Amino acid sequence: MKKNVQNALLYRREGMAGNFVAEKVRSIPPSGIRKFFDLVLEMEGVISLGVGEPDFVTPWHIREACIYSLEKGFTSYTSNLGLLELRELISRCFRKDYGVEYDPKNEILITTGVSEAADLAFRAIINPGDEVIIPEPSYVSYKPSVFLAGGKPVPLATTLENEFRVTADEIEKSITDKTKALVLSYPNNPTGAVMGKNDLEEIADVVNENDLAVISDEVYCKLTYNGTHTCFSSISGMRERTIVLNGFSKSHAMTGLRIGYAAGSEEIIGAMTKVHQYAMLCAPITAQMGAVEALKNGDGEMKKMVREYDRRRRLIVDGLNRLGLDCFEPKGAFYAFPSVKSTGMTSEEFAGRLLKEQKVAAVPGDVFGDCGAGHLRCSYATSREELVEALGRIEAFLDTL
Amino acid sequence: MNEILEILENNPKIKPEEISKMTGLTEAAVASKIKEMEKKGIIRKYKTVIDWEKAGEEYVYAIIEVKVALRDRKGYDSIAERVAKFPEVRSVRLISGDHDLSLTVRGKSMKEVAFFVAEKIAPLDQVQGTVTHFVLRTYKEDGEILFEKERSERLAVSP
Repeated sequence: MKKNVQNALLYRREGMAGNFVAEKVRSIPPSGIRKFFDLVLEMEGVISLGVGEPDFVTPWHIREACIYSLEKGFTSYTSNLGLLELRELISRCFRKDYGVEYDPKNEILITTGVSEAADLAFRAIINPGDEVIIPEPSYVSYKPSVFLAGGKPVPLATTLENEFRVTADEIEKSITDKTKALVLSYPNNPTGAVMGKNDLEEIADVVNENDLAVISDEVYCKLTYNGTHTCFSSISGMRERTIVLNGFSKSHAMTGLRIGYAAGSEEIIGAMTKVHQYAMLCAPITAQMGAVEALKNGDGEMKKMVREYDRRRRLIVDGLNRLGLDCFEPKGAFYAFPSVKSTGMTSEEFAGRLLKEQKVAAVPGDVFGDCGAGHLRCSYATSREELVEALGRIEAFLDTL
Repeated sequence: MNEILEILENNPKIKPEEISKMTGLTEAAVASKIKEMEKKGIIRKYKTVIDWEKAGEEYVYAIIEVKVALRDRKGYDSIAERVAKFPEVRSVRLISGDHDLSLTVRGKSMKEVAFFVAEKIAPLDQVQGTVTHFVLRTYKEDGEILFEKERSERLAVSP
């Protein structure tokens, strides 16, 4: 906890050397999550539904592989692309899970988390002024990353009526002659929405007709609860247009190890590797070795975690609906996205008061885009006991209104 | 069915109502499935893992390796079933390797356990020899870690 406080102080101090900070960076608004995070830090006894990472510790066999690699002296750089063995394992997964072929030699790049992969993808394809369509509510990094890469992020609002899935129609309406790329991020953080194969095929038609690139962040793909996940590049004609981003953070509870990857055509992966080799050189070797172990022997533990998330998912969705906070069924990731509109409060008011009065932290939905207003992101990556306690506290809060 | 077992294995106190919410089955279906599994002996028993040392109770545990001489066409089952009837014996397993049976015995003192083995186990007709290993400390019991558990040191809010 002490360390967290130090971190927060560091963030505040940044403002002092403001003269040196580039205008471009200064113009980026701070993440809405950060503001909320500072509030939570000052309190004790908080049950947090605000966490965007698993509550599981990395499975022991993976940690042991990391330790073993250190003991054996694997502390050097790897190839810019990452360990060949890891790329081969990833390539095999793409073939086995989705029937898509990627050459491990030049079509897969290991990155320092999916965040780096997303940043590289934008920097590799955006020319100044290019527009990138980002369906919202969305993970908070895409917009600033597009902006920093010199592009223009074009947010596209999705609706509760359609359970926050983006439609081909909506995408078509956002396209201008400047549009270069589309971001897809399903299963979605923060809504838990997933896309069916048919929906994606309709989108693929629009992508084809308008000659767009697609950046498909599928980091939550293993956390799909009803039906199976469709990888966007597995849709006919999409492989050459798509950069698939994925990683080990959510599926194998490896967030802090920072390990992800991108798969795409040799041309695009080559371009991304160029940026990567100068900015990052390579992903940390310890994490790469852990990822090798995760792909070789991690399926059992992963499936166990997924089954446990599924139980919690049903528990929290049922609980929220029972309390009158309308919540559609999230079919992926580990978030529920209930509406608080029935209380007449904005998400920020609701989240603020819930935190102060009952010490439950949930993130206001508008942090993830304007169309998330009136919603809360409740992460169910927390123990069942805590979820039940949190629901009880929310009920007590609602009773005071 | 195995889904219910997986939930119960770690928490037998959980109510059918909650299991029904987690699995999407109706409460009645959950209750009847549990009853059925109890009847069939799939669910043998609901038990509690206790750290007796923490509770201030001085129990002594020992693992006894038993070498068995098979006689009179009697297999391992007959000696194993006989030994299992002593309440002091907590577990009986047929094992591979140098010995044949592995027992876990619980008693109030080392002396008590030693005498139990000397008087009740060693003299049995089929028992050729025993080796007693006293347990000094238990770190994990039945999948449950008994030392301080690790916690994920997560930030309270993250994207």
